[in-house]
Amino acid sequence: MKDKKLTKVDLIFENDGTCATTVLDKVRAMAQDDVIMEMIDSGLKGRGGAGFPTGLKWKFTKAENSFDKYIVCNADEGEPGTFKDREILDTVPEKVFVGMTIAGYSVGAKIGYLYIRAEYNFLLKKLNQKLDAFNVKIKDKGFDFTIEIRSGAGAYICGEESALFESIEGKRGEPRNKPPYPTVAGLFGKPTAINNVETLVYATMIMKYGAASFKLMGTQDSRGSKVFSVSGDTPNAGIYELELGMTVEDFVNDFGDGDTKAVQVGGASGICVPRKKFADMIIGYEGVPTGGSMMLFNSTRSMYNVLKDYLEFFAEESCGQCTPCRIGCQQLLQGIEAVKRGEKHPSYLDSLKKLAETMKLSAKCGLGQSVANPFSSIVDNFREEIIY
Amino acid sequence: MTDVNVIINEKIEKFGKERQALMPILQGIVADKNYITEDELLLVAETLDLSAADVYGTATFYTFLDVVPRGKYVIRVCKTISCHMAGKDQIIDTLEKTLSIKLGETTTDKKFTLLQANCMGWCHKGPVMLINDEVYPELTPEKAIAIIAEYIAK
Ligand SMILES: Cc1cc2nc3c(=O)[nH]c(=O)nc-3n(C[C@H](O)[C@H](O)[C@H](O)COP(=O)(O)O)c2cc1C
Ligand code: SF4
Ligand code: FES
Repeated sequence: MKDKKLTKVDLIFENDGTCATTVLDKVRAMAQDDVIMEMIDSGLKGRGGAGFPTGLKWKFTKAENSFDKYIVCNADEGEPGTFKDREILDTVPEKVFVGMTIAGYSVGAKIGYLYIRAEYNFLLKKLNQKLDAFNVKIKDKGFDFTIEIRSGAGAYICGEESALFESIEGKRGEPRNKPPYPTVAGLFGKPTAINNVETLVYATMIMKYGAASFKLMGTQDSRGSKVFSVSGDTPNAGIYELELGMTVEDFVNDFGDGDTKAVQVGGASGICVPRKKFADMIIGYEGVPTGGSMMLFNSTRSMYNVLKDYLEFFAEESCGQCTPCRIGCQQLLQGIEAVKRGEKHPSYLDSLKKLAETMKLSAKCGLGQSVANPFSSIVDNFREEIIY
Repeated sequence: MTDVNVIINEKIEKFGKERQALMPILQGIVADKNYITEDELLLVAETLDLSAADVYGTATFYTFLDVVPRGKYVIRVCKTISCHMAGKDQIIDTLEKTLSIKLGETTTDKKFTLLQANCMGWCHKGPVMLINDEVYPELTPEKAIAIIAEYIAK
């Protein structure tokens, strides 16, 4: 399986100027089900973190019998260490709009919302200008579809799909119970296909080049390429599109500073991979999945500080709606602080790990459920750094 | 500054007199006045036929919808891990000294408020801060001082 090496790709930021027109014309001439089949065939999985097959999501949304359906583009990008969606929206916004239009056409939605975080307000002027022209263009081409922009207001949890819907509806961004899933009852209670910015651009590129060429890249479980946001202790911080399937070691060989002791894959809610596991760990669904955040830490960094930073982040960003997460995040944070100060015996870390596992089972949404990822992977691999 | 009724009506025209107009209205008020007063919250509630508690509850959920007095320029320094490692503490120290306020405070002339915020999507170019909607990446203490000087001169 370890046959993939680090390979740079240029699909997402490819900018030939004619892409929108050719792709839109091509899609318009296809049957809805054929577009969905092409997406399913490509093997594309969502690039926002959860990795649900995009074609299936569209198929389920199309299958719902409802006059009103919606497309939502998730541009909330709040996961620490992730900044690729900003770059995509800044440099190739039209390809995002095209992706939304393809999705709208396939599932039978007439309105698409682009929900963008408030930290990216500086992009709004340009986006609105481009969007006005684009909305006219797709009408001319015969698409019964309009895209509107909605802004967030500084809440990480609004990246969670159901919290995002609540926010667009004008409410507190508190996640809903699932099921029902968005494809059945999403925005305004109607069937909704929600996708990440990058996913939608891949949809555009798959319709341009065909599923077959996309499938050639990556592995069985992780088809295609992916945009990575690289930060931390690296001489090459930035945004890179890479073929999926490389190991963490391949990645570190290119991006490390020669002294990398750990890579946090997938942001604060992701998994910490220590040096001894670099060689075997594949970046993708067969190993460590990621929404694109890759943070490198060298041997000068205290992993206690890293974990504490993450826990502070979760304690602040927890919406507070359910007890396991609201109390759990605080207890984990206070717990490691108490161990550090020597007020609690080091074995208390094992009780905290159990708490994190309980949160995985009992928290209402992905935020509380995923705190165990960084917690256990850091505590297991860097226990001495947490204690001393 | 625009009359708050004008902002409300403008948003209602665009988004309808439904609940979904609430966020755009509150965002509009903050964009114009830096924060939302109690009277404005009550007015919004009445206009959209919502309870005051509901409007207050929604506004306070979102960190960018301030309901306590803020300066004309709200500075938000990223405090999350990559910016932390890149030296955000020094930037905050520098800003505190330059503005003679502590984190969370507003200058007496009501011009600046200094806050921290979580990751703002510039981790490869940390430390980074926002001043209202404007982004300032790759900060050094010297750069931060120069940027503040520009705003003081405005
Ligand atoms: C706490 C939390 C935050 C999330 N933030 C984002 C985000 O900022 N952007 C995003 O695309 N997906 C985010 N997601 C995932 C979304 O819920 C959803 O799965 C995704 O938008 C679906 O798009 P995709 O299938 O194209 O990945 C988040 C999930 C959770 C639980
Ligand atoms: S898990 Fe956390 S963020 Fe999610 S609903 Fe519960 S309290 Fe809110
Ligand atoms: S950590 Fe500061 S912008 Fe991401």
